[in-house]
Amino acid sequence: MSYARALRCKECGREYPLDPIHVCEFCFGPLEVDYDREAQRKVVSRERIDGGPPSLWRYRDLLPCDADRAVDLNAGFTPLLRAPNLGEVLGLRHLYIKNDCVNPSWSFKDRVVAVASTKALEFGFDTLACASTGNLANAVAAHAARAGMKAFVFVPADLEPGKLLGSAIYGATLVAVDGGYDDVNRLCSELADRYEWAFVNINVRPYYADGSKTLAYEVAEQLGWRAPDHCVVPMASGSLITKIWKGLDELAKLWLVDSVQTKVSGAQAAGCAPISNAWQAGTLSVRPVKPNTIVKSLAIGNPADGYYALQAIGESGGSAVAASDEEVVDAIKLLAESEGVFAENAGGVTVAGLKRLAESGRIAPDELVVAFITGAGPKTQEAVAGKLAEAIHVSPTVASFEQAIGERKGVVSSGG
Amino acid sequence: MAKQRVKFTFPQELITLPIIYELGKSFNLVTNIRRADVTEDRGWVILELEGELEEIERSMQWVASKGVRVDPVQGDVIEG
Repeated sequence: MSYARALRCKECGREYPLDPIHVCEFCFGPLEVDYDREAQRKVVSRERIDGGPPSLWRYRDLLPCDADRAVDLNAGFTPLLRAPNLGEVLGLRHLYIKNDCVNPSWSFKDRVVAVASTKALEFGFDTLACASTGNLANAVAAHAARAGMKAFVFVPADLEPGKLLGSAIYGATLVAVDGGYDDVNRLCSELADRYEWAFVNINVRPYYADGSKTLAYEVAEQLGWRAPDHCVVPMASGSLITKIWKGLDELAKLWLVDSVQTKVSGAQAAGCAPISNAWQAGTLSVRPVKPNTIVKSLAIGNPADGYYALQAIGESGGSAVAASDEEVVDAIKLLAESEGVFAENAGGVTVAGLKRLAESGRIAPDELVVAFITGAGPKTQEAVAGKLAEAIHVSPTVASFEQAIGERKGVVSSGG
Repeated sequence: MAKQRVKFTFPQELITLPIIYELGKSFNLVTNIRRADVTEDRGWVILELEGELEEIERSMQWVASKGVRVDPVQGDVIEG
């Protein structure tokens, strides 16, 4: 069973039954799930969670769907890695990497889709759908396959072919839409009104978004039930940073952690930084931008949760930063070379943002910092292709190898 | 008759223009504002439009041609 009790408008507070709806009929504000905290407090404990499965379903009492009928690919409970080498480079003594690359379809989107698809089945939908530039589409296609549901995935027609394959392999129907992001966006919003499908990030968005909170739960549990001092999170719609902040706050309300003093900071790519721009301008008003960045997984020009992300950053004492595409590529390489984690472009944004925050003193050297790496590098190999050392070609002889390695060493030493 | 919920985002230079008034006069639509935030240098308005679907679509093209950004109320739904 779930302890979700109602949907609640974030703007006017009006309540609605737990239906597949996402907008308040009165003020058109976004809806979010509200829980029966008293009932949760009576049931939830560290021991009960510890006895759960090694997946996000260990937090079943904190999720808005019935875990007994979960669409389960074992998403979540990913490694929290201590990162001493990267920490040394950045001057941070207690740095951790939350490695969400290792989810079933290799991104954190498996968390939100696990919850959304489970809820969609509860509602009786037979089709999952989404508008995406890659990671979400992969997660929707994989979970639909697991659940025996049909899947429709809408993407901009100019998307790289490699990103389509990760959805097509699961048998999803790929719909390549002529036009830009805005056109795909508008089309999907209209289709969500017209078709009886579960569009995970439209009509079941309140449930979908709550899957993100499991990232915060896990980090606190993996740190021995304490909240970190600082979280650095990539921002696209702004939903993830909002939910990490909310997830930590919930743990305190449920007495699972003592107190939460965590600062949450967000990172964006400079070519699509509407939230960071608003932060720098000192306003809560997000001005839409036209995305122009290699970081397509974060390229949301008019972020749905931008306002709420700015609120979370402000209330927590965090900050927002933007990094250029060049910094993103350098950061992907830095993370891989220092800690052995190959992240996709969004992970590069996180690490580049972390670097900026550390260099500017907005993260203190002694803070316990968690950087969220939300997707795996093989999905966006083109970002670093041609920017790495090439293979050494040799004949199958010792002499050839030693000659070649000598030349490579010479290049390295003569190059500095 | 159809209903559509939209968000208009106004650039600074268009904030003082009566675009929603002109929308109601020029097209056979009922405009119903639900939420808004307008200051001297920026502004957005969330409203519902009611009318024939083709009329709504024509009107949205007209609003966009004026330089106003038109989005679904939930903002961008495309995600990584």
